[in-house]
Amino acid sequence: MTIDSKKVDIQKENVTEDAKKRSQWLEVWRRLKQNKSAMVGLAIIMVLILSALFADIIAPFGIDDQNLMNALQKPNSTHWFGTDNFGRDIFSRVVHGSRISLQVGFIAVGIAMITGGILGAIAGYYGGRLDNFIMRMMDILLAIPSILLAISIVAALGPGLSNVMIAVGISSIPSYSRIVRASVLTLKDQEFVEAARAVGANDVRIIGRHIIPNSMAPIIVQATLGVAGAILSAAGLSFIGLGIQPPTPEWGAMLSSGRQFIRDYPHMTAFPGLVIMITIFGLNLLGDGLRDALDPRLKN
Amino acid sequence: MHKYILRRLLMLIPVILGVTFIIFTMMYFTPGDPARIMLGEAAAEADVIRLRAELGLDDPFLVQFGRYVKDAVVHQDIGRSYTTKRPVLELIMTRFPSTLNLAALGIMVAVIIGIPTGIISATKQYSLFDNVAMVVALLGVSMPNFWQGLMMILVFSVYLGWLPSSGFNTPAHMVLPALTIGTSTAAIITRMTRSSMLEVIRQDYIRTARAKGQVESKVINRHALKNALIPIITVIGLQFGYLLGGAVLTESIFAVPGVGRLMVDSIRSRDFPVVQGGVLFIAVTFSFVNLIVDILYAFVDPRIRSQYK
Repeated sequence: MTIDSKKVDIQKENVTEDAKKRSQWLEVWRRLKQNKSAMVGLAIIMVLILSALFADIIAPFGIDDQNLMNALQKPNSTHWFGTDNFGRDIFSRVVHGSRISLQVGFIAVGIAMITGGILGAIAGYYGGRLDNFIMRMMDILLAIPSILLAISIVAALGPGLSNVMIAVGISSIPSYSRIVRASVLTLKDQEFVEAARAVGANDVRIIGRHIIPNSMAPIIVQATLGVAGAILSAAGLSFIGLGIQPPTPEWGAMLSSGRQFIRDYPHMTAFPGLVIMITIFGLNLLGDGLRDALDPRLKN
Repeated sequence: MHKYILRRLLMLIPVILGVTFIIFTMMYFTPGDPARIMLGEAAAEADVIRLRAELGLDDPFLVQFGRYVKDAVVHQDIGRSYTTKRPVLELIMTRFPSTLNLAALGIMVAVIIGIPTGIISATKQYSLFDNVAMVVALLGVSMPNFWQGLMMILVFSVYLGWLPSSGFNTPAHMVLPALTIGTSTAAIITRMTRSSMLEVIRQDYIRTARAKGQVESKVINRHALKNALIPIITVIGLQFGYLLGGAVLTESIFAVPGVGRLMVDSIRSRDFPVVQGGVLFIAVTFSFVNLIVDILYAFVDPRIRSQYK
């Protein structure tokens, strides 16, 4: 066989592999589309993403437009969710709050996924003492309930948006490292990995190009559910005054400031809480749907 | 079995030591001079320097960490509160019964709601009950605990006037916090019970039991539930552990004088020895709860028990 014909063969293989990958994801999408609840979840998340992107257009008022004459108005045609004690429009703040919550959710999960993923991949791929050391570190982190770990980190770093993202991200690292490690362990002795090693691919390339892409399914599911968890944790931290500080329109912080008016003006707490619940509900529906679509064997 | 328990207990030592190191490091590098916090902003610099020397705060990091561990192991002393000057362990122990009660009541609520709902859902898969239960369970998982607590206060305390909104002295005071913490956990247990039961009721031995003419209730309770219990127990145990540590928000809403609330208050007043001690205490408790859950497996499942004989 000539060198040219070899090249053609390799190109053909690449093309078929690409097509296979495409059709795999198309198959996942087809299965996901058939799942009505997952589609409801996806629709909720799309609405949320759109409202975050176009918050300036959708929100009729600014996030800090104070008007004490309009303070504590109940929901009406001008202020759909009513106003707070400073006369700020709650609907506008909730819409802008979607930016903060999505930011916290995605960045915190990004931190956890990248750090946990790298640690898990190293542990699983190299094994031995390194694996033992990394996983014992993860056991130590897992011994502290995640919300408590996040609280401790925020206590050390101080409140604020970026610190909350770091705190929530760090507290979620162990779950990603465990998932990636488990995937790497099952994949590292497969033939395609051996083949990559045989043609001289280095460890970084083997892990990054061959192992991680093949272990994406559980990571995607965990990430979707993780965004929900991160938004909830961040809202919880803000609620107890350790997270994002007012006047930033974070949903948990809004809930917290409405707490003292709950007897007479429950709308101040009801709407931000309802939006948190719908968001988490959407992410959970999508996460469950993705799990079924990516691994139909798990579907009951 | 004894060997297994002993081995697990020994394995706890490095984990607890690691947790201590992480928490100690975080608090050590937290901005702010502990001596200044204890004496107040108005204190003279000379007094602050003297107190720093007295407390050994000028010693190197590892010396301070070693002293903390030694005091904790030998004297059961995990520091003194900056604000009240009382031993941290004493402060935690006065608050722990409330946290334990709240977690236990929450788990009771969760089990009472979660297991039967999960069983019915699994046995009547795709029925109206199943669909409604699953949507409600997913909503329960999605609902922020702190918001649910506030809404319960609004309905049961403000509008209906049935139950008190804060405190933890009488059984009436415990209802709302226990329901708040329990219903979200119930949602998790329902989902786990359903999926575990669904897996088991498709097994051949269940078909055999039915073919032998066994009554359906016996098939479910004796054959299916018993075998589906392992993952359910795991979730209950893990959730109990989380409730011990994660009840911070519920304790804050209902003014429950528990460890979580003590920690939040201590963070606000920058009383870091209490925060450090609280996290350590909860992590140790959480680890022990996990160990107990692992041991419980053996009692539920003879296959696991036989491995340790």
